Amino acid sequence: MSIAVTTQLICFSILSLIIIVGSLGVVLLESIVYSAFLLGGVFMSVAGLYLLLNASFVAAAQVLVYVGAINVLILFAIMLVNKKEDLKPIKYLNSRKLISSTICITLLSLLLRVDLSNTWILADPKLSIGEESTIRLGEHLFSDYLLPFEVASVLLLMAMIGAIVLARRDVLSEDISTGLPVDQELIEKSDKPLLIEKK
Amino acid sequence: MTNGLDLEFSFNEALKSFGVPSEIAHIIWLPFPMLIVLVAAVVGVLVTVWLERKISAAAQQRIGPEYAGALGVLQPIADGLKLLVKEDVIPEKADSILFTAGPILVLVPVILSWLIVPFGQNLLISNVGVGIFLWIALSSIQPIGLLMSGYASNNKYSLLGGLRAAAQSISYEIPLALSVLAIVMMTNSLSTVDIVNQQSGAGILSWNIWRQPIGFVIFWICALAECERLPFDLPEAEEELVAGYQTEYAGMKFALFYLGSYINLILSALLVSVLYLGGWGFPIPVETITRFLNIPIDTSFIQVITATLGIVMTILKAYLLVFIAILLRWTTPRVRIDQLLDLGWKFLLPISLANLLLTAGLKLALPNFFGG
Repeated sequence: MSIAVTTQLICFSILSLIIIVGSLGVVLLESIVYSAFLLGGVFMSVAGLYLLLNASFVAAAQVLVYVGAINVLILFAIMLVNKKEDLKPIKYLNSRKLISSTICITLLSLLLRVDLSNTWILADPKLSIGEESTIRLGEHLFSDYLLPFEVASVLLLMAMIGAIVLARRDVLSEDISTGLPVDQELIEKSDKPLLIEKK
Repeated sequence: MTNGLDLEFSFNEALKSFGVPSEIAHIIWLPFPMLIVLVAAVVGVLVTVWLERKISAAAQQRIGPEYAGALGVLQPIADGLKLLVKEDVIPEKADSILFTAGPILVLVPVILSWLIVPFGQNLLISNVGVGIFLWIALSSIQPIGLLMSGYASNNKYSLLGGLRAAAQSISYEIPLALSVLAIVMMTNSLSTVDIVNQQSGAGILSWNIWRQPIGFVIFWICALAECERLPFDLPEAEEELVAGYQTEYAGMKFALFYLGSYINLILSALLVSVLYLGGWGFPIPVETITRFLNIPIDTSFIQVITATLGIVMTILKAYLLVFIAILLRWTTPRVRIDQLLDLGWKFLLPISLANLLLTAGLKLALPNFFGG
């Protein structure tokens, strides 16, 4: 075995270990903040796997989008609403845990069976385009994948408008959380509080 | 275009002549550039700290550090040693794991980004294809470290500071990336070496600052905001938030934040010089000078001089920008958080989009000047 292959094997094992342990931690840990930080670690390790596959642009995009944007926003949301209150006890918690873990283990065994029974066709590593993949990605995004790309951007726009509508009370005629009518004029006057007082 | 010095090639050839296989030679070579760049970064921080002390003193009509070495040049080393021997305090109610991991997560991406800073044609750690995009991606990890240390300190000022830092960093990343994108569009490549080579045609006249003046200003403002320098140092605004996310930190962990912010400042200055000021290029192209003097450019003597000149030019340009950043810090007032976000989202973002559109249009109209 050459040095390059050994290095790859070591990196792959470490990254896989981090991904598996980290994802289990995201699901199983009680503290939601720890879960969010571990999720960032898992995203980073996935970027590492992309690097091992010679897809450096995808790896950098993974770090930028998933770690730099999505994970930071998740953390932001958690920290802005980090109330210290005890959650209501959920009924039949143990049996719920049992059922969900059974389903997960069944799905995992199904995936393992597919993996082991299938013979995978490996691409010739000599045909790897490496650094040229950035150009190839751009070509595909502007030709045969143009429609999905544009539709995804429309989807994001819709999500953004939806979030603004939910967050701004003056768009809807009644408040979503309380069901009381919203006074439209309140929004315009800065000297009056935005919150509706119950009468 | 000449290849310039290729130290790795020469090193590997030298080892091969001793009968070392090329793979082993490569592994022996690997740590050298990394160590050199790491040492250069730390020395750069020491120089910047000294400059900051001296220039702030001049701005306030003081003398500044004077007794530690000539003109106080040893003062930053004394500062560093002080931080090194201080007690490492972790507050009792803090989350000790996240409290320790936070500063590391802030520093590591900044140091990793030095991977792509070129000091010459072959004088960089790795000419990776994603180049400048790697820096943008890595700098987006930093807010996680800031949020982590802000949360783990279990202190309201720290948490607010961390949240502010993350908000600021997210807001200014977008115009920053868009102004870099305009450069990338002109170069047709993400690689920092290609970006410098594209500016090397006619010396100072072909530098990107003349073709991208709006992009240059946007990039510099956003880089200052990303480094949390005044006028954008809201995350650690002393009057409001004590010291922001650094409030509970002491000793070496505080030093990591300190080091990280200064390394980031030097890195940003270096990247401004690479993207807009012609990188290692001399104001008059070296090829023109050698042709004028009738010396063949391939002689090893000229190669060594060219490489040295390249390193000196890169550092000179970067430190000119560091000087401007320090002057800005000691002469401008701080903006408010709402002004900061307004500037980012309502002014810089539309302007940088318009700049991108303008660059694309000019690239189509004048392909000779805008890298068609």
